[in-house]
Amino acid sequence: MSILTIFYILAAFTLATGFLTVVSKNPIHSAIYLVLCFFSVAGHYLMFNAQFLSLVHIIVYAGAIMVLILFTIMLMNLNKENEPNKNLLSKISAAIAFGLLGFVMLATFIKTMPIIDTYKQSGQDYQSIKVLGKVLLNEYMVPFEFASVLLLVAMIGAVLLSKKSTSIQ
Amino acid sequence: MDSAIIIEKGIFITVIFAITMLMAMYSTWAERKVAAWLQDRVGPNRAGPLGLFQPLADGLKLFSKEEFMPDTPNKFLFILGPAISMSMALITSAVIPWGDTLEIAGSTVVLQATDIDVALLYVFAVLSTSVYGIMIGGWASNNKYSLMSALRASSQMISYEVAMGLSIIALIMMSGTLSLREMAAQQHGMNWNIFYQPVGFLIFLVCSFAETNRTPFDLAECEAELIGGHHTEYSSMKMGFYLFGEYAAMFISSAILSILYFGAYNYPGMDWMAENAGANIANILGIVVLFVKICFFIFFYMWIRWTIPRFRYDQLMNLGWKMLIPLAIANIVLTGIIIIIADKL
Repeated sequence: MSILTIFYILAAFTLATGFLTVVSKNPIHSAIYLVLCFFSVAGHYLMFNAQFLSLVHIIVYAGAIMVLILFTIMLMNLNKENEPNKNLLSKISAAIAFGLLGFVMLATFIKTMPIIDTYKQSGQDYQSIKVLGKVLLNEYMVPFEFASVLLLVAMIGAVLLSKKSTSIQ
Repeated sequence: MDSAIIIEKGIFITVIFAITMLMAMYSTWAERKVAAWLQDRVGPNRAGPLGLFQPLADGLKLFSKEEFMPDTPNKFLFILGPAISMSMALITSAVIPWGDTLEIAGSTVVLQATDIDVALLYVFAVLSTSVYGIMIGGWASNNKYSLMSALRASSQMISYEVAMGLSIIALIMMSGTLSLREMAAQQHGMNWNIFYQPVGFLIFLVCSFAETNRTPFDLAECEAELIGGHHTEYSSMKMGFYLFGEYAAMFISSAILSILYFGAYNYPGMDWMAENAGANIANILGIVVLFVKICFFIFFYMWIRWTIPRFRYDQLMNLGWKMLIPLAIANIVLTGIIIIIADKL
């Protein structure tokens, strides 16, 4: 029972901070709410006993990505509430795009259900890093490497964008 | 979970908290004494014998100073800044193994608050979160100098976090575990990691200086350019929390350094002690040894602070990105090759 109570509190916190992220006028407040939202998501992972996933989530999202976003907001001095109002069409299209993304995620989770059952039957502890590493680098070697290639390409793109145009010519 | 474990862990955590606070308190005293010693002065000597009550006098002064609140629209975030800094400095101590087990009244007491499988990742997660204390505090001060130095400090911290993470990967490859307790157990006797990973240790040491914002990387509080750093607008105990958090972080990072590379609570001849004087005595000696190592690293931090001048900002970034990160990657590759060759033999 107590686990369920914790889940409800955590879920309410996640949804509330997520909502506040969207409606906050001040971009810095928005970013801080998003950080809190990421922490509560890490809490959800902990409730599944996925320690590795929850800590990596904190390191990557709260510790790296959000720090950089906060950094950019502070550097560009966006702390005045001067964000121009977007028109309705772009708002609707953004909502649809994210709705579709959510749909894809949901489909992925439903698709993985039978695979999770085989993992459960194998009786191994899939929360431990040893087993996780073996599965990731044996069974899912190619997708794993593709993800790193994707990140590398994104990084090269970012470096290219941030270079001054004179040096490219 | 039975209540005995909760009481045991509660007492243990309270003791660790008290020790961390005491160490941080007396680090401020030691800093002045070391500075005085290196500069051929006497140092604090008025409050108590050898100036030992100086930290208490400082605390009293900070408490009784005027609580100044700058004209900022973000009062809550302004208070949150030092609170995050302080709690993030203390929270790491949860996974540090302070010693081996002790036998007290027939039951085995593990000298660690919690032994999680991914303790090292936990340390890094806390480390990456501690940037928020400086960023939020500096921004909420509503002062350009505070903001500038907060940005400086946080860009320094995230840059060096990368090199730090890479330097530790070689160590993880070697020991094959992320649990600090297992890592400490592997360095039994004189089998310390420093002998296997000297380059990794050097990178980790430099990065810890940068992470704790100590000289030669204390650009955050570059008085000549930035008045007082990210805590310019802070006064009274909120300022004290920032300074105190820095000393607590120094203590914790010294503990991590000694556990990862300098054999934690292991010392040569510990088996002989365990046989001849009993396991408890040997393990208590282990705790003492760990604290001696921690004190040495705290002294080392101070030694460096009063010896080497501050880096320029571009030098700092060059060192981080163009030297330490390639060096750490080379170290990973080299370690991997050596591990494979050692396996083949």
